[in-house]
Amino acid sequence: MPLDWMAWTWETAGFFAAIALALVTLTLLAAYRPEKPRRGILGFPTTRGDRFFVSLLGTAYIFIIFMCAGGEILWYPVATAILFAVAMFRLA
Amino acid sequence: MNDKPISNRAWFLVVPVMVFVLFSSLIPMMTVVNYSVQDSMGQNSFFWNGSEWFRHLFDPTTDIGGRFSRALVRNLVFSGVVLLIEIPLGILVALCIPKRGWAVGAVLVSMTLPMLIPWNVVGTIWQVFARADIGLLGAALTGAGIPFNNTQDPLSAWSTIVVMDVWHWTSMVALLCYAGLKAIPDAFYQAARIDGAGRWSVFRNIELPKLRRVLIIAVLLRFMESFMIYTEPAVVTGGGPGEATSFLSLDLVKIALGQVDLGNAAALSLVYNLITLTLCWIFFTTMTQLDARGSA
Repeated sequence: MPLDWMAWTWETAGFFAAIALALVTLTLLAAYRPEKPRRGILGFPTTRGDRFFVSLLGTAYIFIIFMCAGGEILWYPVATAILFAVAMFRLA
Repeated sequence: MNDKPISNRAWFLVVPVMVFVLFSSLIPMMTVVNYSVQDSMGQNSFFWNGSEWFRHLFDPTTDIGGRFSRALVRNLVFSGVVLLIEIPLGILVALCIPKRGWAVGAVLVSMTLPMLIPWNVVGTIWQVFARADIGLLGAALTGAGIPFNNTQDPLSAWSTIVVMDVWHWTSMVALLCYAGLKAIPDAFYQAARIDGAGRWSVFRNIELPKLRRVLIIAVLLRFMESFMIYTEPAVVTGGGPGEATSFLSLDLVKIALGQVDLGNAAALSLVYNLITLTLCWIFFTTMTQLDARGSA
């Protein structure tokens, strides 16, 4: 099946592969290592999946805020996003 | 609260749906993401453009950034106005619907009618209805000496679209609220009568709290739909006069299909989608949490 029309790049392919991998890992974890939701700083019970989703959503906003502020080097929001994701998985 | 870990294995049963969603949504979405980081000269040849499209989008001094921020404000104002009118009006209408007798069916059916009309037909009806020369509404207003022209005056165009949306969707809010009101047991009203509560205090202390959950659903549905509005303004005003009623969706279609500006359109649609996703998630979480607390 030709995929030329999708205009793939290595960067976006890597991005989606990483998300797909994370989703598969989370699915397997949820099935074979079930957890109970816990209540953290977000004020409602969250599972690993919720924390992952909030991390991804937050990451998008971190990039948007950084670009709105006119930031040039995108490694700064990358680092911020990783810190945010770690914080979410620890505290949320 | 249940202390046992939740077993999630039943989720494997949704794999077939996931495959379908992959084709209908995820593959197109991935393509949009690919477009958003590249520039194209046509002929299916693409060049890496990094985050440039997004930078343009978030910079109000660029053409696309200015259009985006103005359209976003317009969308938020429109959703806000529509919610402020439709939610109170819907509650009011629901309170007036008869509770028993033959009138119930007649009222409910006639209220459902606007919702059965397809969006583009609603647009066409109102486009003709609001015309200043031959439309009943437009001609009547003009005849009464009120300046009204929805093709030239932004205020007229906005009021037409807001009134049209109110006409189209208030009955949905009313029907949801009516269902919520019907679910309140008579015992509450009897207790209120014994305590000598007035109409307002019955509404404030019994009906409104009991309506909270349906109201959250109504706000969610009305917000999502008004935030995505496309067909009606596209038919009635086409985004005009000028860009007075160019909502995000109309602008997106102009950029993507009118100007075939794939990079800008892809970046805009991703941010649009992100806003919708975030609001959906906030509403959904609030709803499920309220449900959990309500049943606990």
